[in-house]
Amino acid sequence: MNSATREAFGKALAELGATNPDIVSLDADLSCTTKSATFGKVFPDRFFNMGIAEQDLMATAAGLATCNKIPFASTFAVFATCRALDQIRNSICYPHLNVKVVGTHAGPSCGEDGGSHQAVEDIAIMRSLPGMVVVVPADDVEAEKVVYAAAQYYGPMYLRFARLASPTVHEPDYEFDLFHGEVMRDGDDVAIIACGMMVPRALDAARQLAEDGINARVVNMHTIKPIDEDLVEKCARECGRIVTIEEATIVGGLGTAVTEVVAERCPVPVRRIGMPDIFGKSGPGAELLDEFGLSAEHIIEVVKSF
Amino acid sequence: MRQDVRDVAKQMRVDIIRMLAAAGSGHPGGSLSATDILAVLYFDKMNIDPSNPEDPDRDRLVLAKGHAAPALYAALAEKGFFPREDLLGLRKSDSHLQGHPNMQTTPGVEMSTGSLGQGLSVANGMALAGRLDGRDYYVYCLLGDGEIQEGQVWEAAMSAGHYGLDHVIAFVDHNHLQIDGNNDEVMTVNPIDEKFRAFGWHTLTIDGHDYEAIADAVEQAKATKGKPTVIVAETIKGKGVSFMENQVGWHGVAPTAEQAQEALEELGAL
Repeated sequence: MNSATREAFGKALAELGATNPDIVSLDADLSCTTKSATFGKVFPDRFFNMGIAEQDLMATAAGLATCNKIPFASTFAVFATCRALDQIRNSICYPHLNVKVVGTHAGPSCGEDGGSHQAVEDIAIMRSLPGMVVVVPADDVEAEKVVYAAAQYYGPMYLRFARLASPTVHEPDYEFDLFHGEVMRDGDDVAIIACGMMVPRALDAARQLAEDGINARVVNMHTIKPIDEDLVEKCARECGRIVTIEEATIVGGLGTAVTEVVAERCPVPVRRIGMPDIFGKSGPGAELLDEFGLSAEHIIEVVKSF
Repeated sequence: MRQDVRDVAKQMRVDIIRMLAAAGSGHPGGSLSATDILAVLYFDKMNIDPSNPEDPDRDRLVLAKGHAAPALYAALAEKGFFPREDLLGLRKSDSHLQGHPNMQTTPGVEMSTGSLGQGLSVANGMALAGRLDGRDYYVYCLLGDGEIQEGQVWEAAMSAGHYGLDHVIAFVDHNHLQIDGNNDEVMTVNPIDEKFRAFGWHTLTIDGHDYEAIADAVEQAKATKGKPTVIVAETIKGKGVSFMENQVGWHGVAPTAEQAQEALEELGAL
């Protein structure tokens, strides 16, 4: 309970390294906090600190990938996806290389470091790159399984992890399916489609809504690209309305991806909850989430508003 | 051996002119300045075999200055990675020969490039992989002199020095010209060798059109242990076609049919 997905990333990578000699890890002077250092301590020969040089980080990872290594290149989400975007585009995605781009400290839950460090646009940016898979695990259990799945899957992938500890919503034996969303609670009055640490908040909201006689379905849409279109359509058909929630800008991320599918396959009303085209700010991460409306209370309010 | 390289370089220049004329666009200046370096690497120094293109022990070349793709394609065709006829498809929609190198489409291309400044980092990654696997291959990286204005080149220079990547051999094709004019008028790049030395590199400066000098520099680089080597190759943009030589206007313009005819005559192809 209550562990950060970045911790699970470091742990899983170190475990994976023991059985898969092709796994290599690169970081940009943040390994202690992205937790790639957990791997580095066990496998110093396969860990490369590239210093504060994110462009070099990503393109070096690409070079390793051309030689059949499976590089996990980690840094804060904002630096990975913005500072090194051209490298991810041209040296990783364009040649479709097997690099796992790991962005930690994503979203306002990053907290006190403030808006400069809180990636809100990373999901949208990564989603727009041809061939890029985008995954945002809901908790530590899922984060671990995502790391294993990433190593199994060939191709560029963006893994988004959080700094802040958040509730565990999965049992250890949970079977993760990379390309299929997970229905965590059934209901047919409304579907709440969430990702990342918004999943436990969506479950909270659904429990409270049930007390008011509203049966909300909760979907953990861990993989935002390619999104599970059939599940989105099923939610639209069976629930008739959808609320999305993500710890990111509502422009171009999970909400947009869901809306695209709904518009094409089964138009129903959708409300998107996320950062409303604004940057974050300094403050305790948990408080910021509430302040920006990334809360069970706000989900309930939105569900009751349409 | 050397005479072979000379013949190959001549054929490459002919191919470059022919494919650019057929394409109607592309970059002759920097392709011709890099031709002799690529000819020596592909036909004298590099351990590569088109019949075994995935050999894990093969040497690799990253064309960081991806706009010199015609020179790379000419070398790869001559080497036998694909038929020479393919060259005339350059930049056309039904061809595997993209405007800038694409490892997904073109046999023998080790890395997709085009956005400047990324190739040296990629070469470093390849060398790190070779070290991890205990392999002895070399990774060559061909950079443009304008390209080194990209900050990432110096991030990569720093990391190659830090990790002592003695199996990275970089060339800077120092033809002194870039799109907007002379390097040092656009943005001062000189001194190039001193900058690399400051990052822990072994540096050499040679005549980039002297086959012996290029080959000797590679041998000196291989003999240098514990640090990467950069070979600053003094070159002439447009080398071999007199009306293109040292003319900035020939950076990114293809010759017309008449100009191509004139160039091919000078190159002895007609």
